[in-house]
Amino acid sequence: MTLQEFFAMGGYAFYVWTSYGICFLVLLANIVLPIIRRKQFLRQLALKQKRQNL
Amino acid sequence: MFLIPDPVGRFFHRMASPPHFYAFTEKLMPWLVGIFLILLACGLYGGLYLAPPDYQQGDSYRIIYIHVPSAWMSLFIYIVMATTGAIGLIWRIKLAEIVAISSASVGASFTFIALVTGSLWGKPMWGAWWVWDARLTSELVLLFLYLGVIGLYNAIDDKRTASKAVAILALVGVVNIPIIHYSVEWWSTLHQGPTVTKMDKPSIHVSMLVPLLLMALAFKFYYVIAMLQRARLELLQRERTANWVKKMVTEQVQ
Repeated sequence: MTLQEFFAMGGYAFYVWTSYGICFLVLLANIVLPIIRRKQFLRQLALKQKRQNL
Repeated sequence: MFLIPDPVGRFFHRMASPPHFYAFTEKLMPWLVGIFLILLACGLYGGLYLAPPDYQQGDSYRIIYIHVPSAWMSLFIYIVMATTGAIGLIWRIKLAEIVAISSASVGASFTFIALVTGSLWGKPMWGAWWVWDARLTSELVLLFLYLGVIGLYNAIDDKRTASKAVAILALVGVVNIPIIHYSVEWWSTLHQGPTVTKMDKPSIHVSMLVPLLLMALAFKFYYVIAMLQRARLELLQRERTANWVKKMVTEQVQ
């Protein structure tokens, strides 16, 4: 099987790759977003604590 | 309680303590991610490359490797959410409440993926993006249940009250789970019947079954990772005034 054949998915490339694309975007967002929000929250807490100590 | 061996009991007891949970999940994370990535790589290689095309559906059937595990996860996570919700409701264990609500967004995502990939599979095979049949409709109801849980939780400011309300909603919605599972048997439907869970004789070849099971296992690990990331955020927000959070922030500033 050539690489081209692989990506063509027997003519179903659009349906197969859109499915996989959406799936992995949604799954990635579910991990990345909470991590970013947690880091932001920790920074906020640190700032607040600094202000209180001044 | 006497039936539970002591080390196991101690483990759960410790895990119910927020600082322990926070520290332990941090240490656990690289292992979970590692196992997840290995399972995912094997599953994708087996499903997209090694497995032969289907004799009727050609290569379009390869959507099965994300569609079916996602649909399984949408049901599995709902049951976890309802169970941990009930535990939180009965014993007021804060971490059970957090696991319940942290599961909701992951479950909603898997339900969404199951519906969208099903639609993208239905178009070339059935000639329609959507049909109002029992399986599809009950899965859509599941998505609304998840969204209802998330919406209700965000609408109530006091998070302990919110968790109670959410647990009751989740428990009522459990009715939908057997409906989804048996929908293809109870009603005549366009959706194909079970192929894997007929344990005596699955009507799927082993070269297609193995990648499917690998992907299902990978998604289980994914769920634990995503749920724990959400739980860590939720825990910090709830415990912002607790001493262990203050101490952690102080150490981080220095």
